[in-house]
Amino acid sequence: MNIIVCVKEIIDPELPPDNFKIDPTRNIGLCPDSVPSVINPFDEQAMEAALRIKDVLGGKITILSLGNNLHREVVKKPLTMGADELILLEDEAYAGGDSWSTANALALAINKIGNYDLVLCGRQAADWDAGQVGLGIAEILNLPSVTLARKIEVTDGKARVERVTPDGYEIIEVVLPALITVSNELGQPRYAILEKILESVKKEPTIWKPKDIGIEPGRTESKGRQLNLLKLFQPVREGKCEIIGGDTVEEAAVNLTLRLREAKVV
Amino acid sequence: MTNYKNVMIYAEVVDGKLATVTKELLGCGGKLAKDLGEELYAVLMGSGVSALANEVIAFGADKVYVIDNPLLKDYNQDLYFLSIAKIVQQEIPRIVILGHTPIGLDLCPRLAFRFNTATVLDCVELSIEPKTKLLLRSKPVYGGKALASYVSETYPQMATIRSKSMQPSERNDSRQGEIIPIDLGLDQSFIRARVLEKVIEEKEGIKLEDADVIVTGGRGIGSADGFRQLEELAKILKGAVGATRAVCDEGWAPTTIQVGLTGKIVSPKLYIAVALSGSSQHMAGCAGSETIVGINRDENANIFNEAKLGVVGDWKIVLPVMIQRIKSMLEK
Repeated sequence: MNIIVCVKEIIDPELPPDNFKIDPTRNIGLCPDSVPSVINPFDEQAMEAALRIKDVLGGKITILSLGNNLHREVVKKPLTMGADELILLEDEAYAGGDSWSTANALALAINKIGNYDLVLCGRQAADWDAGQVGLGIAEILNLPSVTLARKIEVTDGKARVERVTPDGYEIIEVVLPALITVSNELGQPRYAILEKILESVKKEPTIWKPKDIGIEPGRTESKGRQLNLLKLFQPVREGKCEIIGGDTVEEAAVNLTLRLREAKVV
Repeated sequence: MTNYKNVMIYAEVVDGKLATVTKELLGCGGKLAKDLGEELYAVLMGSGVSALANEVIAFGADKVYVIDNPLLKDYNQDLYFLSIAKIVQQEIPRIVILGHTPIGLDLCPRLAFRFNTATVLDCVELSIEPKTKLLLRSKPVYGGKALASYVSETYPQMATIRSKSMQPSERNDSRQGEIIPIDLGLDQSFIRARVLEKVIEEKEGIKLEDADVIVTGGRGIGSADGFRQLEELAKILKGAVGATRAVCDEGWAPTTIQVGLTGKIVSPKLYIAVALSGSSQHMAGCAGSETIVGINRDENANIFNEAKLGVVGDWKIVLPVMIQRIKSMLEK
């Protein structure tokens, strides 16, 4: 099995709202320098899905990541979990794009990699929450796609996918090669393995520039975009929380219940 | 100037009835069409759905394209995608909007890429820019910590809307409209991803999306057993129990009751948030609640920035007291 997993480096989505700021000149979110960036958690789950398939069928997992000034200790994380190869689309020209330019670049890179059975992506990136790149790649490469996977098993050139539905799940069978996006219901990704951590330190990623994957020079950065971001802002939070007190926590609980009763909410 | 005209919505059907989001799409789409001085169209697909076409008109559509075919009985991406793509190609609508549901988020991006156009998913606001007539789309980003507004210049202009963020239209059975049945010559052979089986895991009882009261537990509950207390509180309040993603990841609650950005979006009268931090991703799911109550040991928890009322304390102490009090209130 040859599996390609697309991963994105993002600011930590667990960052509390109070520590989150917006850079008005670049129109992006910022976090304190003390908080390291992470692999998009949904992409980590895509990685876990790939490993579960590799556990059963063996094969190779190639990680593909697009960005600029990528932190090696972050993008190498999938290698520490058990991925075999890391290819970075790293260049200033890749920055400032949107789902369109990103999907196009990744699709070109996947074509260049060539021999693959399955492409896995997280359902959305937990920074911009756009949720389009995976399906965009599938459409460009004319691959069948299944979204919201919580379980993936491969047998006989087909993937059997449990897809999350509002009241449970559905079982979908898709012929390979295919693109599948993974949701958090898949479960916790495994921890890094010490042996792989040590190996990954020495592993140098392959780097592909726009010309290496055949992107026309005029089609990079903001010129490759379709969508224009007009405004990015933090909504002002109105209203204050009324903390109900008491001499003891029990008393506070009683007071809360009375308060709710007063407000006719209970 | 463009040849693309009119607003087209995808009329989603759930359990043989128009989905709530469909009425929201008709409400929102209708307003956009009015601001454009253009018409509102709907695409209705499935098996045995033709009878719903009149209702779609009653809720605001000027024209309903109906594709009724046994092969469409259950959603499958290949046939649904081909069908909508065909209609869009034929009718060249200026705007195409779907609900941000498992169907909408599955179809919309592929359609956008097929038509070489841009889409924005999970929008909470849509409006027409008066001079350019372009669609302005706003959606929460960074897990709900910020709001982003987008515009694009290609057609059709596409979006999905978040449940409960748009006003549903009102039913008016005297409305007139056109019903256009379409036969697309669909074939099994187009299906590359086939649905084999559907499994219902949801417990019986009040659905989260319909509940007036929801009691949600977070990581601080500590175990699946801890949820028994929340169930009791929810029961006496005639409500439902919800869970955060952290709780579902731990396996203490089924993912069908996950409230949040990638879970259920709820808007009850009362939302009691127990032992949860109030992350932006969670608040994205419950921000529409009328009254949010926070119960958390940590006075710095973000939930106290979001709730209307709060108690700083251990839920293991607070909840039994609340349950006991409410029980005695009900007895009187």
